[in-house]
Amino acid sequence: MGLYNAKKLVAIIGAVLLVFVTSACGSSEQSAGSGQTLKVIYSKNGTNDPVGKWLKKVEQQFEEQHANVDVNVVPVKGAEGTFTSKKALMLQSEETTPDVITEDTYLINSDAAAGYLAPIEDRVKKWDGWDHFIKKVKQGVTASDGKIYGVPYSTDTRGLWYDVNLFEKAGLPVPWHPKNWQDVLNAAQKIKQSFPDVIPFWMNSGKATGEATTMQTFEMLLYGTNNTLYDEESGKWIVKSPGFLDSLKFIDTIYEKGLGPKLSQVLTGQAGTVEHHLMRKEKIAIALDGNWVPAFWRENGPNPWPEAMETYHFAAMPTQHGQGEGHTSMSGGWALSIPAKSDQKDLAWEFIKLATNKENMMFADISMGNLPARKDVEEAPEYEKALGRAYKKAAQFLKFTHYRPTFEGYTSVSSAIQAAVEAVATDSLEPKAAMNQYAKDVKRAVGADNVVTK
Amino acid sequence: MPWNPFVTKNSDSFRAILFLLPSWILLLLFIAGPILMTFYFSFTNMSLTGSAAQNIEFIGFRNFVKMFSDPTFQTSVMNTILFLIFSAIIGQQILGFLIAFLMKERAVHFRRIIGVLVLAGWITPEIIVAFIWFAFLSNEGTLNYVLGWVGIAPVAWLFKFPMVSVVVANIWHGTAFSMLVYQAALDDVPKDVEEAAKIDGANGWQRLWRIILPMIRGSVMTNMVLITLQTLGVFTLIYALTGGGPGTQSETLPIFMYDQAFINYQLGYGTAISLVLLVIGIIASLLYVKFLKVEI
Repeated sequence: MGLYNAKKLVAIIGAVLLVFVTSACGSSEQSAGSGQTLKVIYSKNGTNDPVGKWLKKVEQQFEEQHANVDVNVVPVKGAEGTFTSKKALMLQSEETTPDVITEDTYLINSDAAAGYLAPIEDRVKKWDGWDHFIKKVKQGVTASDGKIYGVPYSTDTRGLWYDVNLFEKAGLPVPWHPKNWQDVLNAAQKIKQSFPDVIPFWMNSGKATGEATTMQTFEMLLYGTNNTLYDEESGKWIVKSPGFLDSLKFIDTIYEKGLGPKLSQVLTGQAGTVEHHLMRKEKIAIALDGNWVPAFWRENGPNPWPEAMETYHFAAMPTQHGQGEGHTSMSGGWALSIPAKSDQKDLAWEFIKLATNKENMMFADISMGNLPARKDVEEAPEYEKALGRAYKKAAQFLKFTHYRPTFEGYTSVSSAIQAAVEAVATDSLEPKAAMNQYAKDVKRAVGADNVVTK
Repeated sequence: MPWNPFVTKNSDSFRAILFLLPSWILLLLFIAGPILMTFYFSFTNMSLTGSAAQNIEFIGFRNFVKMFSDPTFQTSVMNTILFLIFSAIIGQQILGFLIAFLMKERAVHFRRIIGVLVLAGWITPEIIVAFIWFAFLSNEGTLNYVLGWVGIAPVAWLFKFPMVSVVVANIWHGTAFSMLVYQAALDDVPKDVEEAAKIDGANGWQRLWRIILPMIRGSVMTNMVLITLQTLGVFTLIYALTGGGPGTQSETLPIFMYDQAFINYQLGYGTAISLVLLVIGIIASLLYVKFLKVEI
């Protein structure tokens, strides 16, 4: 046999072996997976991974109950935006879709419209566990088509964190119950007079803090006026309204009178960290922010501060003139949903039911530091004991909270709000001009037939 | 003479085609394909979520009309051009040349030390460059700390001078590339030509302007095109350093594109913006070729 032929022979043998080995691999995989696999993906950001711990725990329970099912819990690391885009790409095809996903409730409308999510209306109706969920929180998982697209597992509220020590020294009432916006401004003014080196009122005010500026600052103001962002009846975005203008005027007043933070502190992506550090040093008297703020100071948190809860108390944000229910809040939260293209929807539903039962929800909510979506968890003594009074207080805000109008185009509307808030805070536009700019931006983003003026 | 398949001309070109075919197919599949797709998607309302994710519609020039009427787009085009002129053309190009020119014919040790210092910027990954400059320029950063020694009040650099900050950081990062290109080019300038000019009485400036620069024109062009394309694509540095802000003050086209595509989920609109970026790159390259009168 010549050299050439020898080479040829080796090549042929090699090829045959390769085919054999790969096919063997394939078949062995198949035989091992005679049962079913349930793929669960969730958003993981930061090193502390409470959602992962909870889902892993459920995975173990589920596999004990279903001997032939292999649950595969996969974290998607990175910022929330990364998860959103990765998830969207995965959900587009039957090949890549998971069977259970964590879903930020503000995306439920658009993901449902994109055909990514399966409605679970019929399933929750037949489930006795559903009655335990808080009514307001259920609103967050109901899309504009009236169908339910997920089981909520956490929620949150927003309000005013105020420094008790500074308040007492400045002669302000503790506990503090501001009745309207003017009360808030008066308190800030008094702080400014008493403590020149303290920031009287902190709020996220720029594009760099993204959705936090929209939700924690602007919508906390707007939903305390007589106007909202979206007109449910006509299905149009409200681009100009007296409430919108007044909200911007409130922001303008804060910065005009020197009651807010320095712009270089608040107009960066690191604003949240700056805020927590300044609060730790008691350099902020009032902060408009969410229920999770103390998580920064908890025992294993980034900056432990055992006395945090004695220093900062949580007050409800008043409505503009104290009208309506007197207070306002905004809520979001996360849910477990079933992708439309999953071929194991029944099994996925079993998993979700197990994950959101009372015991597992208790575990999840305590480790996440979020507000519970279940009433029986909220009322359980273990929960109250674990989290202290600030969380109990924050949970009470759910009575008068609002959910964002997450209809199509919300993300563009939100960007336009951030631009308007930043323009007012930096004094580059007067409130009225900023509102006009907002109207223009939204019109361009969602189309002129989808906007209305009030 | 017996027929030998290894020498005939026809068979040669046939074999050449045969061997090149796989790479042509790969090029078409992975380079031309995506470009054509981008072109198509920029005329659609494609979105990452919402009803447009399910039903992609052809919407003609609507993305472009929207873009040209958007003040943020205009700002980002201006910022991109400023970033290009100051960080690439003036900064990297001239500074890189100067360093290479001054290092010419210096002691080897001197060349090495300077070379390593400049190269440090080049080998540092963009995201780390951003962190270094953030640590240097932030409110409680090194620069303010040092200024404090001489009694100067801290300045919020990234907030007050966002564009200057990203330009300086990018020059720091990219100058070494130009320096390397010019070092190689200057080494190729024949010594005798320079010496002859010297004997004829040409001073240093004349030698640089009349002899060296015309001789390395090709390298200038190549470098210009390369750093332009590179600078047009800078995203990580700006995103991590200023996020395009405050407001839209340091927003360049790549940042604007990212925001539209992945923050506002409008993929179609994002691709339309990327197309504009591509066109700017092509125009800039053609301009260089024309002005530097180099044949390609």
